[in-house]
Amino acid sequence: MTVIDSEAVAIGGVRQGWLDALHGWVTTVDHKRIGILYVGSALFFMVIGGVEISIIRLQLAQAEAHLISPQTFNRLFTMHGTTMIFLFGMPMLFGIANFVIPLMLGARDLAFPRLNAFGFWLFLFGGFLLYYSYLGAEGLYGAGSAPDIGWFAYAPLTSKTFSPGNSTDYWILAILVSGFGSMLTSVNLIATTLTMRCKGMTLMRMPMMVWIMLVVSVLVVLVIPPLTAAQVMLLLDRFLGAHFFDAQAGGSALLWQHLFWFFGHPEVYILMLPGFAYASEIIPVFSRKVLFGYPAMVAATVGIGVLSLGVWAHHMFAVGLSRDLNIFFTGSTLLVAVPTGIKIFNWLGTIYGGKIRFDTPMLFCLAFLAQFVVAGLTGVILAIAPLDWQLSDSYFVVAHFHYVIVGGLLFTIFGAIYYWFPKVTGRRLSETLGRWNFWLLVIGFQITFTTMHVQGLLGMPRRIYTYPADRGWEIWNQATSVGVVFQIAAVAIFAFNVWRSLRKGQIAGDDPWDAWTLEWSTTSPPPSYNFETIPEVQSRRPLWDLKHPDDPDGIHE
Amino acid sequence: MPLTLVTLVRLVAVVLLAGAAGAASAAESIQPPSMFSPVSTPAAEILELSWLVIGITGAIFVVVETLLLVGIVRYRRGRKDDGREPAQVYASGPIEMAWTIVPIIIVAVLFLVTTRSIATLQKDSAPPGWLDVTLVGHQWWWEFRYPEYGITTANELHVPTSGPGGGRPTFLTLHSADVIHSFWIPQLAGKTDVIPNRENHMWIEPRESGLFVGQCAEYCGTQHANMLIRVIAHPPEEFEAWVQSQQQDAVDDPEVRAGRNRFLSTACVNCHRVTGTRADGSFGPDLTHLMSRATIGAGIVANNRENLIAWVKDPDHFKPGALMPAMGLGDPEVERVADYLLTLQ
Ligand code: HEC
Ligand SMILES: [Cu+2]
Repeated sequence: MTVIDSEAVAIGGVRQGWLDALHGWVTTVDHKRIGILYVGSALFFMVIGGVEISIIRLQLAQAEAHLISPQTFNRLFTMHGTTMIFLFGMPMLFGIANFVIPLMLGARDLAFPRLNAFGFWLFLFGGFLLYYSYLGAEGLYGAGSAPDIGWFAYAPLTSKTFSPGNSTDYWILAILVSGFGSMLTSVNLIATTLTMRCKGMTLMRMPMMVWIMLVVSVLVVLVIPPLTAAQVMLLLDRFLGAHFFDAQAGGSALLWQHLFWFFGHPEVYILMLPGFAYASEIIPVFSRKVLFGYPAMVAATVGIGVLSLGVWAHHMFAVGLSRDLNIFFTGSTLLVAVPTGIKIFNWLGTIYGGKIRFDTPMLFCLAFLAQFVVAGLTGVILAIAPLDWQLSDSYFVVAHFHYVIVGGLLFTIFGAIYYWFPKVTGRRLSETLGRWNFWLLVIGFQITFTTMHVQGLLGMPRRIYTYPADRGWEIWNQATSVGVVFQIAAVAIFAFNVWRSLRKGQIAGDDPWDAWTLEWSTTSPPPSYNFETIPEVQSRRPLWDLKHPDDPDGIHE
Repeated sequence: MPLTLVTLVRLVAVVLLAGAAGAASAAESIQPPSMFSPVSTPAAEILELSWLVIGITGAIFVVVETLLLVGIVRYRRGRKDDGREPAQVYASGPIEMAWTIVPIIIVAVLFLVTTRSIATLQKDSAPPGWLDVTLVGHQWWWEFRYPEYGITTANELHVPTSGPGGGRPTFLTLHSADVIHSFWIPQLAGKTDVIPNRENHMWIEPRESGLFVGQCAEYCGTQHANMLIRVIAHPPEEFEAWVQSQQQDAVDDPEVRAGRNRFLSTACVNCHRVTGTRADGSFGPDLTHLMSRATIGAGIVANNRENLIAWVKDPDHFKPGALMPAMGLGDPEVERVADYLLTLQ
């Protein structure tokens, strides 16, 4: 009896340890742990989205290939787009913000910790809902499968007539649910930024990243509601026979596009601005210079945010808008180039006169700069309505927005992960592996997405599961597909680097990069309460002041 | 304008793209659907504008990337660094003013040229004398109607060319029978979406005769990829001849009566039209002059006996998901029907 009892206790003990840990993560309301949950889930979905696109690129590597059926192909690109935008991009940026922003503000947590956890779980539930469609979507109709409507789901393709079964409903509900999560988290970030800054931190002393994430959060709160409304209208169409988008019954197919892109264009900035945020933290530290033109950067950020609300119809130049509207949206879109240019020049101004250290975070940010210039310029090209009539919905557009979201955002995300990993875990990621990760990603990215412009210029539309051999597109598609191999290798090395560094990585210390914002003043990883005493700041770079008492920032700002 | 720069960019681009596209298609008669080889007025106008835009953006690209590269090389931390922090420069009014105002000027220039170009390119109604064509997008094929001639055809659009002394441009009115499609032949014009419950317009004016290809550019469901477009531009007299041949009633060849009867007694008639018979459907392409088309299935395969047989037997064989059902006819019957179709000149 006694023997058995002690065994039971031991087993129970082990089980309890494991269960405790799980319980701890599931019930946590600590902004740092929630941040890690966000980033971890986002990376998980990134891998899934990557697998999806790899299959697509395998199919497109050859003209007239029939590796997968058109139905499978259409589901894959729908899932890839939806996953990367809603289940990778958004949660990734919320995750990093979750972890870093309270630390940067000298706060102990976000304003509403439980709401924060709720937001995360809503997002994750939305993600599972989307992928559950592979099992449950077709319901009584068949074995179930994913939606095949494209990530912007144009009406009336989404109506019951053209999309029977339930796959579209899973898509709608997934976006609806995770959208609520995003809104709640944004409200939380706004409240935190406005009310929980430490003593001395005026708005104009906030780190650039906090400013940018504030603008991003406001954008999310402004533009998710129209998207949510559109999803609800679509549900009404599909289940209650409403006719908002049902063109056969007098509904408007364009109404969906207006609602969707009123969300969808600012969404591009919601995704890209955080990239600017990471770059604005990393570039100064590794150039050893203060961010050049802080007030202009703040103004440019707000400017981009405001302008982004008035450019949505540049996604709709081909729908037959009136002349006046085409001219208006060309103009408003071109204007975005001005604040964006200011940002790029300010980063250049930061580099000039500095002493650049080429650690991995900086490498990623420099590549981001080089690549984002291209993304911006192809954006200018696409803003010109007549050029867009040729290029929209072609591979040129696909190349353009992957230059933004991969060449811009993904690179800065990697930069951010390499930068803050030591703070999060207490250990540094390997620099050697980091370099491999970086160069493979650069090579893969360039091969894949530079060639993609050419296919677009040669007339290849997006979202086609196969193409005739006589169009002259095949070699370019092959190149595009070959690049994927390098990108997979880069991500694999990254995963290995994380796995290894968690165990064996060099101990980081509080401030491995000799940086200047408050998160580097506490331990790595920070205690659950972040700071023993709430700090007090006199300038934008409190740690600079600490390290250079003879020449504090405050007198220059 | 930096005209020399524009010319340079144009040269480089033409060489690169022509080389790239030419290499891949030397053996074929089809020209790659590249916006860089326009044969029609709107496409040529757009290309003109493109050179300017490519010139300007290209110049900015070179300047900014050079600045970046120089910055990286020039300001890397030296090997024998003294460990002191560099001078901290917080901002500079004049420099920041400069890089705000210069982009504003560039944007203004681009905006003005674009405005002019939109004004010339966008037409809401057909000027007198133009050829009117009504286009209807269907999942996954195109219907073309010529109201003034009473012709209906599918997937292959025939239009007249314009010569140097003017001619007859084609004005297209776009409708959709189901979901959104987009009509795009890069050598002829930019794309215009084909939207249900909405009327859109576009125009083309080919200046060379020949075959120009394009395809649906807006994702429209399963077979979006195989919704190809062929435009055949004829010299005016040849176009008139084509119109006349299309205006004839369907051929009624007694030798293929068996196939004809089979066709007319099968559900084919609910979806297809053959003038002069009771086949009067409009869900699928008009077959009256089927054999005047070089391809079937919206450009997916050549129009010949073998492919017609395979198509009628099972359209999914070429075009999985196509909205024409396999009719379950036996092999001999399918061949007979195909032989009938082959007479529909
Ligand atoms: C339910 C309606 C329907 C029926 C019944 C039907 N078709 Fe079709 N057919 C279509 C549609 C739709 C297409 C266009 C398919 C595509 O290109 O995606 C088509 C295309 C064709 C084409 C190719 C035309 C072209 O120019 O591309 C031929 C030939 C054809 N059908 C013959 C037949 C014959 C013969 C029968 C009877 C045995 C038949 N169809 C029955 C709907 C139908
Ligand atoms: Cu289509």
